[in-house]
Amino acid sequence: MDYFDIFISILGSAVRLSIPLLFTALAGLFSERAGIFDIGLEGKMLASAFAAACVAYWTGNAWFGLLGGIGVSIAFSFVHGFASITNRGNQIVSGVALNFVAAGLTIVLGQAWFRQGGRTGQVPPEGRFSSIVLPGADMMRDVPIIGPLYANVISGNNILTYIAFLMVPISWWVLYRTRFGLRLRAVGENPGAVDTAGISVAWLRYRSLIVAGFLCGFAGTYLSIAQSAAFINNMSAGKGYIALAALIFAKWKPVPVMLACLLFGFLDAFANFMQGKSMPLIGEVPVQIFQALPYILTCVLLAGFIGTARPPKAGGVPYTKER
Amino acid sequence: MSLDSPKEPAIELVGIDKKFGTVHANKNINLTVAKGSIHGIIGENGAGKSTLMSILYGFYQADHGEIRISGKPVTIRDSQAAIAAGIGMVHQHFMLVENFTVLENVMLGAEGGQLLAKGVASARKELKRLEDDYGLEVDPDAVIEELPVGSQQRVEILKALYRGAEILILDEPTGVLTPPEADHLFKVLRVLRDQGKTIILITHKLREIMAITDTVSVMRRGEMVATRKTAETTVEELAELMVGRRVLLRVEKGAANPGAVLMSVRNLTVKDSRGVTMVDNVSFDVRAGEIVGIAGVAGNGQSELLEAIAGIRKPSSGEILIGGKPAAGIDPAGLRDLGLAHIPEDRHHMGLVLKFEEYENSILGYHRDPRYGRGPLLDLDAMRKDAEEKIGKYDIRPPNPRLRTANFSGGNQQKIVVAREIERDPKMLIIGQPTRGVDIGAIEFIHKRIIEMRDAGKAVLLVSVELDEIRSLSDRILVMFAGKIVGEKSSEAGEQTLGLMMAGIAA
Repeated sequence: MDYFDIFISILGSAVRLSIPLLFTALAGLFSERAGIFDIGLEGKMLASAFAAACVAYWTGNAWFGLLGGIGVSIAFSFVHGFASITNRGNQIVSGVALNFVAAGLTIVLGQAWFRQGGRTGQVPPEGRFSSIVLPGADMMRDVPIIGPLYANVISGNNILTYIAFLMVPISWWVLYRTRFGLRLRAVGENPGAVDTAGISVAWLRYRSLIVAGFLCGFAGTYLSIAQSAAFINNMSAGKGYIALAALIFAKWKPVPVMLACLLFGFLDAFANFMQGKSMPLIGEVPVQIFQALPYILTCVLLAGFIGTARPPKAGGVPYTKER
Repeated sequence: MSLDSPKEPAIELVGIDKKFGTVHANKNINLTVAKGSIHGIIGENGAGKSTLMSILYGFYQADHGEIRISGKPVTIRDSQAAIAAGIGMVHQHFMLVENFTVLENVMLGAEGGQLLAKGVASARKELKRLEDDYGLEVDPDAVIEELPVGSQQRVEILKALYRGAEILILDEPTGVLTPPEADHLFKVLRVLRDQGKTIILITHKLREIMAITDTVSVMRRGEMVATRKTAETTVEELAELMVGRRVLLRVEKGAANPGAVLMSVRNLTVKDSRGVTMVDNVSFDVRAGEIVGIAGVAGNGQSELLEAIAGIRKPSSGEILIGGKPAAGIDPAGLRDLGLAHIPEDRHHMGLVLKFEEYENSILGYHRDPRYGRGPLLDLDAMRKDAEEKIGKYDIRPPNPRLRTANFSGGNQQKIVVAREIERDPKMLIIGQPTRGVDIGAIEFIHKRIIEMRDAGKAVLLVSVELDEIRSLSDRILVMFAGKIVGEKSSEAGEQTLGLMMAGIAA
C-alpha cells in the first residue's frame, strides 16, 4: 500500500468516526446556544444507542430503531429540561446525573432483557443501516486521486452519514435564518431580552432541548445499528465529552463544529492506524497521546492561545424574572 | 377633535393593590396620565414604583384594581399583552442581546414570520422612518456591545416604538448616562411627547423631574401620596413628600481646613483582569481635613483606582503612599492597620456578607481585634454589644443585631458598612458610591457623617457617579475619563463644565 492509499483509508475511517461526534456536537450547539449546558449528551447518546438496538432487534427495522433512539433521547432531554428549566436546578448536576442513569439503566435493562452481560442481541442485517454505494463508484475507482476519494470516502457510507452532513447547513439555516434561531440565540445571551419581548423563555429552551434530543438520537443510533450490530456496555465511551470539546473548539458555530468533528475523527482514526506501529526516530507512540489530543487542543483553545472562545453569556444560569 | 385634546387620559390606574406575603408593595394606587404628556413618578427605594410599573408591564398581576388604556379596561397578563396594549418599557438594565446587531434586537419578538429575510427588509425600512420622525439615529447594522451606552438606550426606545408603543415607561433612564447623553435623551423624549406619545419617567433624581416632566406623582411606602403639576411645585416640596419630613438637600458644611498630605498616588497604572489599562498614570494627593471627589461616568477607571488604593487590586506600576509610607502591595488588613478605612462601592459583593447576621457584618474585617475575641475564639457578647451601640448611634432599623443582613433595606445595609468603617476612627477614608440605592433620609445621614469625618481632620477620598453628590460634598473635584484624570476643579464648578469633562470633551 502506498502512502496515498493509506491516507484514503484513514480518511474514510475518520469520516465514519466523526459522524456520532457531529450529531452530538450539533445537538449540543442547539442546547448551549439556548443557554442550557448539556453535559448529559454522553448519557443521551448511550441511552439512544441502547434504545435503537432494542427496537431494531425486535422489529428488524432500522428506521424504527432510529425512531426509538430519538424518542429516548428526547425523553432524556425533557428530564434535563424539567430539572434545569422548570425547577431551575444546576444544569451540570442534572447532566451528570443523566449520564449515570444512562450508564446504569442500559446495563440493567440489557441484562434483564437479553441476558448477555449488558449486550443486546445481534441485530439482523435488515435492522441495520448498511452502506450505500453511490452511483458510479466502481467506474470512478480507477480515476487517479479523485477516484479512490469518491469510492472510499464519499461513497460507501450509510444513510446516517449523509444525513449528518446535511444537518450542518440545516442547523446553520435554522439558527441564522429563522425566527426560532434568532430567538434561540437571544435566549442564550440575554433571556431577559426575550422575556420582555413577550416570548416564553421556558418554552423556547424546552424546544431547543427537544432539537438537541432529536439530533443526539441519531448519534446513538449510528453507534449501535450503523457502526455495529448490537449495543455494547458503555459503547459511547466518552464520545459525548469529545463532542462537547468539539463544540467549544468550534466556538459554538455550525460549520466550524463540522470541521472540528472531522479533525477529532481524524485524530481518532490516526490513533487506530498508529497502534503498534513505530514512527521513524521517535519509535512507537502510545495511542493515548492521540486519544488525548482533542482534550489538549480544547484546553489550549480555552486558555486563549487560539483566539478567544466566547460561550453564550447566559449559559448555565437558570432564568429568574427580576423583581 | 376631543381625541387630540391633551386632557384625554392615556393610562388610568384605579385602586391597584399588590401584596408580596406580608409586604404591602402597592396600596390602593390611583393614577391618571394624560395622553401626550411626560409624567414623572418619584419615590425612595422600596416605595413601590417598580412594582407598579411591573404590574403595568405584565410582570406581576395586581391583587385588586383596574388598568384602563385610553379609557378601556385591559387585563395585562404578560409582556406580550402589555405590548399589544401599546405599552413599551425601557428597563434600567437594558434588555438587549449584546452580540446582536441593532436590527436583530429591534426585531426580536416581532419578526413578522417564521423566516427572517422578509422581516429584515421591512424592519430596516421602519427603523429609517422612526429615525427620521423622532431623531433617534442609530446604525441598524452596528453590534450592540460596540455602541456607547447612550446609543444602546436609544435602541431600547426604538424597540418599543417598533412594536407600536404609544406609552413609554422609562425606569431610571439616566443612571448610566453622561450629562450630555442625558440631555440628548431628554430632547428625544420631548420630540416623542410632541408627536403624541405618552411618557412615564421613573426616577429618584429630583432635578430630572423638574427639568423634563409635565406632571409628577410621588410615592411613599406603597402609597401614591401626591400628584402635582411640575410647574407648580418645588424640589423641596417633592423631597418632603417623598420622605414624609423636611430634608436638607444641600449638605451644610463650612470651609475646608486642609492639613498635611495623608494619602498620595503617584503615576499609578492599573490593569483589569483582561489586561486592559483602566487607570492610566494617575497622580493626586489627599490632605487631612479635606474631601477629594472623583467624578466620572461609571466604568472610567474609578472602581479600579479605589480597589488599588484599598489593596484589593495590584497596580501594574506607580506608587501609593499612605501616611508617607509606600502602600502598594500591602493587603487590606495591613492597610487598615495603617489607618485606612474603605467603604466599598458595592456593599453586596464587597461590603457585607448578606447571609450573616447584622452583628457579624458590623465587625467584618476587624474580627482580629482583641476587643472581639481572644486567640482563635470570638467573643460573641462583645460583638453584639458593639453592634447594638452602632445600631443606636446610626439609627439602623430594625434595631436587631441578630437579624440577617439581607433583610435590612439598602439604606440600612449601607449604614451598617458606614458605621463599621467610621467608628474605627480611621485617619483616612476612601468611599465608593456612598449612597447608591439608598433612600433620601439615609443619604442625608451618611453625608453628614462624611462631613464630620472631614471636620475631624481625616483625609477623605470620595468616588461617586452621582455628580450632585460629588459637588455637594467635595472640597476639590478630580474628573476621570478613560482612566486618566482630565482635570481638577473646585466644588463651585458648574455642572455643565464637569459634565463635558466627564464626557471627555473638554478639559
